[in-house]
Amino acid sequence: MSDPAIRVDRLHVVRGGVDVLPELSCEVAGGSVTGLLGPSGSGKSTLIRAIVGVQQVAGGRVDVLGAPAGSPALRSRVGYMTQAPSVYGDLSVRENLRFFARVLGRDAASVERALADVSLEEYGDRIVNRLSGGQRARVSLATALLGEPDLLVLDEPTVGLDPLLRRDLWELFHRLADRGVTLLVSSHVMDEADRCDALLLLRDGKLLAAATPDELRAQTGEQQLDEAFLRLVEATG
Amino acid sequence: MTPRVTWAVARRVLQQLRRDPRTIALIIGVPCLLEFLLQQLFGRNSPVFQHVGAPLLGLFPFVTMFLVTSITMLRERTSGTLERLMTMPLAKVDVLAGYGIAFALLAVVQATVVSLLAFGLLGLEVAGPQWVVVALAVANAVLGSTLGLFVSAFAQTEFQAVQFMPAVVFPQFLLCGLFVARDEMATWLRWISAVFPLTYAYDALARAAADMLDARFALDVAIVCGCIVLALVLGAATLRRRTG
Repeated sequence: MSDPAIRVDRLHVVRGGVDVLPELSCEVAGGSVTGLLGPSGSGKSTLIRAIVGVQQVAGGRVDVLGAPAGSPALRSRVGYMTQAPSVYGDLSVRENLRFFARVLGRDAASVERALADVSLEEYGDRIVNRLSGGQRARVSLATALLGEPDLLVLDEPTVGLDPLLRRDLWELFHRLADRGVTLLVSSHVMDEADRCDALLLLRDGKLLAAATPDELRAQTGEQQLDEAFLRLVEATG
Repeated sequence: MTPRVTWAVARRVLQQLRRDPRTIALIIGVPCLLEFLLQQLFGRNSPVFQHVGAPLLGLFPFVTMFLVTSITMLRERTSGTLERLMTMPLAKVDVLAGYGIAFALLAVVQATVVSLLAFGLLGLEVAGPQWVVVALAVANAVLGSTLGLFVSAFAQTEFQAVQFMPAVVFPQFLLCGLFVARDEMATWLRWISAVFPLTYAYDALARAAADMLDARFALDVAIVCGCIVLALVLGAATLRRRTG
């Protein structure tokens, strides 16, 4: 496999006097869909924020697509979806996307493509505040897709979505990966783990495992991935 | 700084305002109402109305835009949209200048409507050119916007942001020379008023109203412009790409 798209080396992050990530090292392979899994409070969002370069770090190193995380050169190559839908609630879906498209230097066609990718074509003229939580999350996801980034970092993109939509989105993620895009997708539901090429399991700011779903099954002797996760937690005490 | 991006931000802020017609109605209607009340209270030809009318017209945009900008920016900080923008290829000054341009345009509308009412129907008279008063009102709006952007960094909630208005704006209003001439103030108050930008904004307005467009007027305008730049620099310093 080629050089990793993300390389995290002994990352140390302190938030509010607490070591959220004491010393984390991991890698994400290029062109893969990697799941970042762990219970809420395990440090997933903090790791994601460090990868997109908006988190103050106390030590260690994060390299993204060959450059230090947060480098100006990465700003047009990395798409980021925050955990809370960070779009303007008082604007329509299309107004939101057009604004971010202008910032990214993209045309109106990319707005329509992003809308289609998240199946929101019919909601383009709706005010975001009047949409459901899941629809709002999809507007936020569409924004991350706008710039056709090489790396997509998505913080819990499928929370609150119905199973059909979730399946559609995971299919979209794999289509993107087939085109060479690297995706790092966080989730706190283990049933999404099976949809990933590779998994990073996080608990209390520490990496429990970095493996493919099949490796994880073989390692723990459990068929269900949530059971496998439990085994790992018990094994590490 | 990229003009395309700056304009995109300005346009978006204006779109958000357009979605909130009640706020626009208040921004334009309240100063009109106050000018009307002032005229009714003291009478059309009274020296008080003639003395206070023009500065009120010129200083009101400062208050409005300070408040509106600090809240809009606070929302941007707390909703995560600022964090998202900070991961995109845009300069911090694009965000600040975009806000400044949007609220300056709104101030042009506000100052024009209020001045049409005050100079037209209400009989307010100034010795100097009326357009200078309107232009100063717009400059004060930009000053209010940039200060609002800066102080929004120190508020965690909208309640706090609203309280910055009396805290930052009222002392400047009291000491700017409108209520008591600066020469007649206690020395320590005069010193304090000397570091307030609104003092120079008021002085410029008073001179414009008295048709005294002299060197002192030019200095006042230069100081107000300098304060806008300073507030922008301070505001940019509060926009962090990386946060804790």
